[in-house]
Amino acid sequence: MAFESKHTDRMYVVMGIVLLVAITFLGRLFYIQVIDESYRLSAENNVLRYETEYPARGLMYDRNGELLVYNEAAYDLMVVPRQATEVDTATICEILGIERDQFTRRMVKAKAYSWRKPSVFEKQISAETYAMLQEKLYRLKGFFVQKRTLRKYPKPIAAHLLGYVGEASQRKLEEDPYYKRGDYVGISGLEKSYEEELRGKKGVKVIMVDVFNRTKGSYKDGKYDTVAVAGKTITCSIDAELQAYGEKLMQNKTGAIVALEPSSGEILALISAPTFDPNLLVGRVRSENYVKLQKDTLKPLFNRALQSEQNPPGSTFKLINALIGQQVGVVNENTTYRCPRGYVSGNFRMGCHDHRSPLNLRESIQHSCNAYYGNVFRNIIDHTGKPWEGFRIWRQHVMSFGLGRKFFTDLPIEYAGIVPSNEFYDKHYGKNRWKSLTIISLAIGQGELGTTPIQLANMTAAIANRGYYYPPHLVKAIDGELISNRFTERQNTTIDKKYFDPVIDGMAMVFQQGGTGYRSRHDSIVMCGKTGTAQNPHGEDHSIFVCFAPKDDPKIALAVFVENAGGGSQYGAPIASLMVEKYLTDTIQRPHLEKPILEANLIDPKLKVVH
Amino acid sequence: MREQRSIFDGIDWVLVILFLLLVFMGWLNIYAAVFNEEHQSIFDTTQRYGKQLIFIGFSVFVALVILLIDGKFYSTFSVPIYIANMLLLIVVLLTAKEVAGARSWIDIGPLKLQPAEFAKSATALALASFLGDINTRMKDLQTKVIAGIILGIPAALILLQNDTGSMLVFGAFALVLYREGLSGNILLLGLAFAVLFIFSLLFTPLTMLIILGSIGLIAFFFQRKKTWKLGLGIGGILVVLMGFVYSVDYLFNNVLEPHQQVRINVLLGKEDDPKGAGYNVNQSKIAIGSGGFTGKGFLKGTQTKYDFVPEQTTDFIFCTVGEEWGFLGTFVVIALFTALILRILYISERQRSAFTRIYGYCVASIFLFHFMINIGMTIGLMPVIGIPLPFFSYGGSSLLGFTILLFIFIKLDGYRLQQLR
Ligand SMILES: [Zn+2]
Repeated sequence: MAFESKHTDRMYVVMGIVLLVAITFLGRLFYIQVIDESYRLSAENNVLRYETEYPARGLMYDRNGELLVYNEAAYDLMVVPRQATEVDTATICEILGIERDQFTRRMVKAKAYSWRKPSVFEKQISAETYAMLQEKLYRLKGFFVQKRTLRKYPKPIAAHLLGYVGEASQRKLEEDPYYKRGDYVGISGLEKSYEEELRGKKGVKVIMVDVFNRTKGSYKDGKYDTVAVAGKTITCSIDAELQAYGEKLMQNKTGAIVALEPSSGEILALISAPTFDPNLLVGRVRSENYVKLQKDTLKPLFNRALQSEQNPPGSTFKLINALIGQQVGVVNENTTYRCPRGYVSGNFRMGCHDHRSPLNLRESIQHSCNAYYGNVFRNIIDHTGKPWEGFRIWRQHVMSFGLGRKFFTDLPIEYAGIVPSNEFYDKHYGKNRWKSLTIISLAIGQGELGTTPIQLANMTAAIANRGYYYPPHLVKAIDGELISNRFTERQNTTIDKKYFDPVIDGMAMVFQQGGTGYRSRHDSIVMCGKTGTAQNPHGEDHSIFVCFAPKDDPKIALAVFVENAGGGSQYGAPIASLMVEKYLTDTIQRPHLEKPILEANLIDPKLKVVH
Repeated sequence: MREQRSIFDGIDWVLVILFLLLVFMGWLNIYAAVFNEEHQSIFDTTQRYGKQLIFIGFSVFVALVILLIDGKFYSTFSVPIYIANMLLLIVVLLTAKEVAGARSWIDIGPLKLQPAEFAKSATALALASFLGDINTRMKDLQTKVIAGIILGIPAALILLQNDTGSMLVFGAFALVLYREGLSGNILLLGLAFAVLFIFSLLFTPLTMLIILGSIGLIAFFFQRKKTWKLGLGIGGILVVLMGFVYSVDYLFNNVLEPHQQVRINVLLGKEDDPKGAGYNVNQSKIAIGSGGFTGKGFLKGTQTKYDFVPEQTTDFIFCTVGEEWGFLGTFVVIALFTALILRILYISERQRSAFTRIYGYCVASIFLFHFMINIGMTIGLMPVIGIPLPFFSYGGSSLLGFTILLFIFIKLDGYRLQQLR
């Protein structure tokens, strides 16, 4: 085909196409730019204004239909610097009560953001100011009022769980073109997890404005307008009353309570102490309060229920070792061990407290005997003859309770916790150069383990269910539609159902004479629990208690974690017991148990700071 | 004996000047689109015009390098260049993160590259090399198949990246095939089916039956000899066409997802989506229309609407031209593009080497396609397909891609003259 090129005449066809396109375009452009007046705005000074219509953010209710979050109208004064050329500065300063240099600073800031896009000039102006502005707006070219909604919380509870909304960050603006500067977005808690459902859909109104900043009606009869769609309503799984009561019990303490419904995995209460009034993080006061909360040495913004993963489960973990021991066949409900006030092997000694001896499996839970679990744990690890094999089996059983991994439900933030692996010990001691005695602290839930309070609550729910759990989650329904199938995939543990009975019997005995929770017993509700103490190298130990009730038809399972409160029986057990009573009977009939808890102040005065 | 010659020897200055004019005007309009009275310097690299200035500098540098390389290089290495580019597209598919629904970017340090922009030049080289071979004959079936494969591979890879706009650009090569002897009937047939396809989406099968049936009847009555054979023939064609109509209908209703159906309906104007594609076009038309005959003047665009067209510096840069420079401005831009494309076609025809001619046609076709779709989209004549306006739209990859595309051609043309001496 080279050289003598045929089809040369086709060049004209191709060139003809090019010219045809060019002429069509020019004709069209001449029409819309010169002939058709409708695209042009009559006078040069007439301007289109795009008013965003913000939808009402979705409401949130608790499981019983009690309102948790609603909206309140608020008005922002906006400015478009390009249009605000001849501004009556004095009038604005007077209405808003600001100084002239403040005015200048705000204008400079608005211009720095954009000359053409509207910026917020004054956030959330009051109703009176709004009325005054409405009257004088015609003198304030380039200014207009933007309606928005603010979150309101009828009860000052569940701040961590509900989360808060704030202005979209620069990163968010770049990630998602839906958001414009000054838009609100869920930043933590459910506000963040369910942002897309809650936010609804913004609308836009195109309005013509004349020289005097007067609106002259909608542009082209609203042809380009879109209607805002309100956000969806969310029904949370939490019980507002139980949540409020738990927060009350935890006042002047640091720690967490997580309560679950074992039959569904729904979270009934999620308390992190210290907490704060969610209304603090709304509107004009938000940034100021946020800084205060952030500086607080007690870290109220830290959600201990979900984020505190460094603490070991303590003796509550003996429940798991008792179950694994039975499953691998190294112990049964009648196995007894002596306790010479501790576990002794050669030169090694792990202390125990004073109790009668020997004990069987049920009694070992009631008295929380360290010697018993020293024996059980070593037998589990050594039952195949190879510790690393035994450990791997043990670890698999442990993780089937939801420990050492995340649930991936709608929790706004989540930590996996720590269950050490073979590799971890290999690295520390050399490949397989470690024995059951090396890692014996795992027998009593100390050492390298780390569990979050929600993981402990879930572990308890799995025991209450005799072998399975539903991943913990916070939302029941969206716009009235149950989201059940999203999270209710049953997770089975690796332990057979029959092995749970002796362990649960032992947990019930904890509340009987001689048990570690005897003082917190209830006359008519059969509770099952277990104390724990998380050793704290930095100070007083943390008090832990896990519990479920009623024994035969569990309605609630919970974990209580109180920092720097010593053993589990002093604070953990009564708090858990009161929570159960509150949830199951709706009243508290044991003021003798409640009063000392409410009065207790466990916060180190040295830490109490100083905003 | 070869003497040391300037790299500018023999190059077509008309093309170079057109290139410089377009790049300069493009930059001016990007500057206007993001302009803010507070901005300090045009070299502010945190702003798009500052960045574009860097891209322009780099592109000019690359253009010089292209002119420096021996002209033989491009024909000799066309196949390796093509293969390397296809591999790059595969790497993108495997590694790219999703940005706005498409996986078409790769990160090289702080730089982001969109290899689809370079695949056009590579494909043009490969196609020119294949068709330009003395032994290749357009009418052979084998030729059509191989040409189809050369074009199909990058098109498919880019489609997999979810970058439909860039994929469609490869359709422009049909013009090249036409120039090289592909029967015009094949193109017309393809065009006819494309029209039928769109009509099938627009109307119900019953309406289509009525339309096609009437056309058939009219065709029948206008024939001199109304034989049974003719009637059967027309009837047969009608059945085939209706079969096509029904399968399009079936595909649309039963295979596509609802959101895909909505997108197609918006594209065809059957459904209004003021927030989506339709919205941008409306804003864009208002902007261009409000420019009037002489425009509002440089940096004087008053419409806040710019903020509502997210691609104001990229796909919708022509709005700024329309609003600030008016009809005069849009006329000049269209005239410049038309001149560029016609000049490339004209130069292509004066080549002795088939390779250069075919490559030139590829370049012209690609520019024509981008020009036609992009400007057509902003004035509501074409569906919203996100492809850049060459040399105008903000973006390093596209500017560099078009510069390479054009300057290889300029070099090939200049090289011809060098050899003549
Ligand atoms: Zn003991």
